[in-house]
Amino acid sequence: MSEQVIPVLPNANNEEGRINRPSLASRRRQDRAAGRAFFILTVVPVVLAVLITIALALRFMPILKEYPLWELISGTVWKPGKGQFGFWPFIAGTFWVTIVGVVLAVPPCILTALYLSEYARASTRAIMKPLLDLLAAIPSVVYGVWGVVAIVPFVGDTLAPACEKYLGFIPFFTSKNPTGYSILAGGIVLAVMIAPFIIAVTYEVLATVSQGLREASLAVGATRWQTIRSIVLRQTLPGIIAGVVLGATRALGETMAVMMVVGNVPQVPKSIFDTAYPLPALIANNYGEMMSIPLYDAALLGAAFILLVIILVFNISSTLVLQRMLGKRWV
Amino acid sequence: MNKHWHRRHIVEAFVKVLMLLSFAIVAGSLGYILWIVLARGLPALTWDMLTQTPKGGFYLGKEGGILNAIIGSLYLAGGGTLIALIFSLPIALYLETYIGDSKWGHYVRLALDVLWGIPSIVYGAFGFTLMLALGMRASLLGGIITLALLELPIMTRAMDEVIRRMPPDLEQAAQALGSTRLEVAVRIVIRQMLPGIVTAILLAFGRGIGDAASVLFTAGFTDRIPGSLMDPAASLPLAVFFQLGMPYPEVQARAYASALVLTIIVLTISLGSRWIAGRLSKFILK
Repeated sequence: MSEQVIPVLPNANNEEGRINRPSLASRRRQDRAAGRAFFILTVVPVVLAVLITIALALRFMPILKEYPLWELISGTVWKPGKGQFGFWPFIAGTFWVTIVGVVLAVPPCILTALYLSEYARASTRAIMKPLLDLLAAIPSVVYGVWGVVAIVPFVGDTLAPACEKYLGFIPFFTSKNPTGYSILAGGIVLAVMIAPFIIAVTYEVLATVSQGLREASLAVGATRWQTIRSIVLRQTLPGIIAGVVLGATRALGETMAVMMVVGNVPQVPKSIFDTAYPLPALIANNYGEMMSIPLYDAALLGAAFILLVIILVFNISSTLVLQRMLGKRWV
Repeated sequence: MNKHWHRRHIVEAFVKVLMLLSFAIVAGSLGYILWIVLARGLPALTWDMLTQTPKGGFYLGKEGGILNAIIGSLYLAGGGTLIALIFSLPIALYLETYIGDSKWGHYVRLALDVLWGIPSIVYGAFGFTLMLALGMRASLLGGIITLALLELPIMTRAMDEVIRRMPPDLEQAAQALGSTRLEVAVRIVIRQMLPGIVTAILLAFGRGIGDAASVLFTAGFTDRIPGSLMDPAASLPLAVFFQLGMPYPEVQARAYASALVLTIIVLTISLGSRWIAGRLSKFILK
């Protein structure tokens, strides 16, 4: 019984000084075992997505037994101590802040993405990527500090009086709130927060247009803007819209930064200078006392469930559009 | 020259000015935020703030620092990132080397997209529900688990994205030489995509350390440095938030300083990950 010795080359791929290489069968066994283990891990994200939805829905159930869903969603009075749980001011506040944020963010973001994709030199693009990464990396509480220090006084002292004076006749622009803690302040902060995201997705979508199409358009004498308008945008519009919707879902769920600047008064807003109380702020502000009042915890976790459902609807639809367009995802 | 020729060129110039303006607004916003945080935070930043825990009367403007929050945040984000990594690296490798573009892969990626879109406050509420069900109180462990859930989709998607970008030749060459899928994943893909994997880990860590809404319910807040996983833990974003809510100017100044510390940490991670990725890329076959 002589052991078969395989000469070992200095760089041969055998760790631990092993002489006998593992047999093909054992390598295959390892491969299959690892495959099964990895497969179990991939179940985790799928189960988690379902579990979060179900867990929050179950916690929402106790209050649904007392009040019908429609009454909760359309109710405008929020007095948990007296058993009145109307979610409408919070749902309306969430949408107001988000819409103002998206409206402010979209024009500069799309123009920036167009500039980067159609005009800018490679060196400018190289600067922009880290810049957007930095903007995306700043924590939301820091955006909140910026909002409190810079944006709220600006809205309260400058923008609101000016708008009241010149635009006060337009219903959405009347201002009766002198503090500056307002939907507009929240919208401005949100606009900056979702900007890097919308720019990145739009840029990715624009990059899917073939260079040949652009060149053909330029070759027949169109200017760059004409090319953008009639070739690039026409082809990419669904993707850009999906990107904007995805940006809006980020805005819908944003908590800290918005909560710090919107005032948090449970009322249905009538103007962009009114205070609002979005759903995430409601949850974050009241978790401390929610165990002390009956049904309060069900109401707050129900608010989380409503927020989740709103976001899932927007998120899944825009994700499917983008997956089809890009054939991959963006980061 | 006819009038039409003029007009489209005027439009062209006009649009270009608009675009440059937009570009300036976006870049200017970043500069403005950094300037505000720096201008407000730097005067209030002292050595004591970084090296001491809050003493009595800290929230009235007396002595102490935010060491509890700095350490707490590092523990929370570090633990969360570690747990997320244990799940996300195998998932990303499996998606690429084992199943490629199959139906199950599509569902997993869709689930990751959905999870990625769920806001941190919902993770916080879910983590809280989970802890109630398990009978846990607000603790370091609760915060770590919630942050791991939050970071899992961020990290996995980032890794999946870089691994998918790997040129298929190397993988095919390895398979042609008889490597199993596991060997391809461990010996080729990880080594080749190391810079991207490190970037993904640091990206998730940066998100975790900056997130306040998810740890609000689950980690609690305390003036002490947590000694065990069951102790509550402070975090920097919440320290900023609570201090800013106090009516005393001294405490608010400390909120700005805390925000500056948090910003420096996060920006260092963001810039550092680029640098590390650049250093690591010398091990890559081009």
